[in-house]
Amino acid sequence: MTYLDHAATTPMLPEAVAAMTEQLARVGNASSLHASGREARRTAEQSRERLAAALGARPSEVLFTGGGTESDNLAVKGMFWARRDADPRRTRVVVSPAEHHAVLDSVEWLVEHDGAEVTWLDVDPTGAVTADALAEALGDGSDVAVASVMWANNEIGAVSDLAALAAVAHAVGVPLHTDAVQAVGQVPVDVAASGVDALTMTGHKLGGPMGAGVLVLRRDAECTPLLHGGGQERDVRSGTLDVAAIVGLAVATTASVASRTERAARVAALRDRLVAGVVERVPDVQLNGPPLDAVVAGGPGRLPGNAHLSFPGAEGDALLMLLDANGIECSTGSACSAGVARPSHVLLAAGADPERARSSLRFSLGHTSTGADVDAVLDVIGPVVERARRAGLGRRSA
Amino acid sequence: MRVVAAMSGGVDSAVAAALAVEAGHQVTGVHLALSQHRQQLRSGSRGCCSVEDADDARRVAAELGIPFYVWDMADRFAEDVVDDFVAEYAAGRTPNPCLRCNEKIKFAAVLDRAQALGFDAVVTGHHARLADGELRRSVDVAKDQSYVLGVLTARQLAGAVFPLGSMTKERVRAIAAERSYAVATKPDSHDICFIPDGDTRGFLDRRLGAAPGPVVDAATGSVVGEHSGTHGFTVGQRKGLGITTGDQRPRYVLGIEPVSRTVTVGTADLAGVDEVGTGAPTWTGAVPALPFDAAVQLRAHGAAVPCSVTGDGDGGLVLTLHEVQRGVAPGQSAVLYEPDAERGDRVLGQAAVARAARRAPVA
Repeated sequence: MTYLDHAATTPMLPEAVAAMTEQLARVGNASSLHASGREARRTAEQSRERLAAALGARPSEVLFTGGGTESDNLAVKGMFWARRDADPRRTRVVVSPAEHHAVLDSVEWLVEHDGAEVTWLDVDPTGAVTADALAEALGDGSDVAVASVMWANNEIGAVSDLAALAAVAHAVGVPLHTDAVQAVGQVPVDVAASGVDALTMTGHKLGGPMGAGVLVLRRDAECTPLLHGGGQERDVRSGTLDVAAIVGLAVATTASVASRTERAARVAALRDRLVAGVVERVPDVQLNGPPLDAVVAGGPGRLPGNAHLSFPGAEGDALLMLLDANGIECSTGSACSAGVARPSHVLLAAGADPERARSSLRFSLGHTSTGADVDAVLDVIGPVVERARRAGLGRRSA
Repeated sequence: MRVVAAMSGGVDSAVAAALAVEAGHQVTGVHLALSQHRQQLRSGSRGCCSVEDADDARRVAAELGIPFYVWDMADRFAEDVVDDFVAEYAAGRTPNPCLRCNEKIKFAAVLDRAQALGFDAVVTGHHARLADGELRRSVDVAKDQSYVLGVLTARQLAGAVFPLGSMTKERVRAIAAERSYAVATKPDSHDICFIPDGDTRGFLDRRLGAAPGPVVDAATGSVVGEHSGTHGFTVGQRKGLGITTGDQRPRYVLGIEPVSRTVTVGTADLAGVDEVGTGAPTWTGAVPALPFDAAVQLRAHGAAVPCSVTGDGDGGLVLTLHEVQRGVAPGQSAVLYEPDAERGDRVLGQAAVARAARRAPVA
C-alpha cells in the first residue's frame, strides 16, 4: 500500500504511541486534589510546557482542545463574541475564502445566526494571502472583530507570511487567528515571533493522536468560551483533560518540530521527484499552488510534502478510484459528509476554473514516505490518467 | 467480471452486491448521489439520496470488503429525470421517472462511466431476470420491476446484471438478515425518490406554479369544476377531481389539454380505450417483424393485456388491445411482453403512449 495522504492524517510516531499507552494505564483526573490527580496534572503541565517550547508560546497560552476543528471554532466564534461584546460596532470578520471548512463554516454560522458580516480576502493565484490584501480588507479596523488567515493551506500547500499579516492587523488594532494545522512540523512556526493572537494546531497531522489539539491563545486575547463547565483551560475551554492524548500530542509535536528541517528536505526531494515524474508521463498536467521552490519569509513557500495536480479532461474522483485500485491512496481535496467529491473551493478561491478544480488530485507525503511510494505512482499514473480521461469529466456540458 | 454495484442503501442493492461478490465477480460499490440538496436523515418512505442512505450502503460495502465510492450524478439526474418529469406534466403527460432514471442514469451515465473506467457491467438490485440477453419478469410477480427496465436496449442490457430476479423479496430480506446487514429490515421505498413527502401535486405546484383552468364534462361540454393546474391530473384519475356534476356517477379524467388548461372528465363508459398510439419504440433485442401479437403493460402497477402490434407508418406503433383498458395515460410506457409462464414473461421493448382511443362506438 502506498499511503500519500499524510495531510489527511499521518501515522503516529512510535514514541507518541508508547508515551500515550503508558499514560492510559494510569488513573487520575488532572483536576483532582489528591496524589493521583496531582500526578496527572504534573504530566499534563509538562506536556503543555513542551508544546509551548515547540511552538514559541508561553505555557499559559496553550489551551488543550479536542482538535483542529474545535480550536478553529473556538477562536473564530469566541474572539468574535468577546470583541463585539466589548464594542458593538465590531461586527465584521475578515477571512480568506481558501480556509478550511472549520473556519469557513464558523464564519458563515456567525453571519447567518449572529449578525456578523464577512469580508472575503483576495487570495493570490498560489493560494496565499498577502499583507496588502489584508490591509485593504481591514480598512481602519474599527468595525472588525477578528481576522483569520491559515498559515499553510491544506489542499494546495500555499504558505502565507503570518508575521507580515499580524503586523498589518495589529496596526489597526485587530487580532489575528491562524489555522496552522498543516504548518506545524512542516514549516517554521513560532507564535511569539509571528505575533499572531491565536493559533490552531492538532496532533494527528504530525504523528500524534486524533482528537487532541491546541488553541494557542495569547494572554491578552479575549475569547468567549464555546464549552462551559469545570473552568479548565483558563476558563476558555472546559472539560476533563485527556492526559494520555495530551502526552501523545506533546511527544509528537516536540519530535516533529525537532526533526522538521531534515525531514522537510527529504520529503520535499521525494515530492519534487514525484511531480517531475508525473510531468514526464503526463505532459499537460498542471501544478496547483505555489512553485515547488517558492520561498516565503525565508522559509518554504509551499508545504514540503504537498503535490497538488490537475489532470485536464480527467475527473479527480475517477483518478482517485483508479489509483486506489492500484493500492495508491491520495485525495481529491474535500469531500462532503456523504462522500461526494467536490471541486476544490481552495482552487476556485485562487481563481482556477471549475474544470481544473474538478480534475485535481492531492498527493501529500510525510514522515513515512519513501522513494518506493513515488515509484509506485509513477508506474501507473500514465495509464490511470489515460483511462480516467476516457471516462471524461462526466458531464455533457461543463 | 469487474462490476460496479449500484448501492442505494436499500436491502435489494445490498443483497445484489453481496451475491455478485459471492459469484466471484470483482465488485466495486458505488452510491449515486442524485439529490442536489441532500438531507442528513432519511425521511418519508424514500430509500435513497440522504446521507444516511449513503452511510447504509457504505456500511454494507465495508462488510463485503469491497471498495466503495459516491458518484455525484445530481446534475445529470436533475436534468434528465427531474426536469423531464416536470416538463412531461407541463405538457399534459404522465411520466415514469424510475424508467427515465434507468434509461438515462443507471444504464447510461453510470454504465458509460463504469465501462470507460474499465468495468464490464453494472449490478443493481432490480427485481427482474436477465439471462442470455433476455429480460424477463421476476419470479416475485408482486415485486417485479421489468416494467421500468423495459426501456433498456440490447447494448444496455449487455452491461447489466440483475442478481435478484430469481428470488422473492422475502428471500432477499432473509439473505440480508443471515448476513446481519442492518438494512435487512429497512422499509421498502415506494415514493418518487425526489419527492420524499409523497406530495407530487405539491412538488409540481412549486415547480410549475398555479395555472387554473376548467374541468369539463365530456358528455355535456359543461364546466363542472375549476383546477389550479393541469399537472395535478393523470388520465384515468378518479379521486380528487373537485367537481360537481349533479349526478352520483363517478367521473374519470379522460384528457388533459395543457394549452387551454382544460381537464376533460367523463363517466366510466367513456374512460375505456382499446387502441393505443405510441411514439418510437425501443427494443430489448432484435427488432421484431410487424405485425405481431404480444401482451402490453401500460403502467408500472398494472396487469398486462393481450394486444396486436402494428406500425403507424410514421415510426410509432399502434397497439390494438384485446380488452378495454381504463387510465391509459399519455407519457406512460407501453411495455410489450412475450408471455412465458415458465421462464417469466419476456420484455420485448416499449414505446411511450402518445394517444389512446376507443375503436368501436360506445354502446
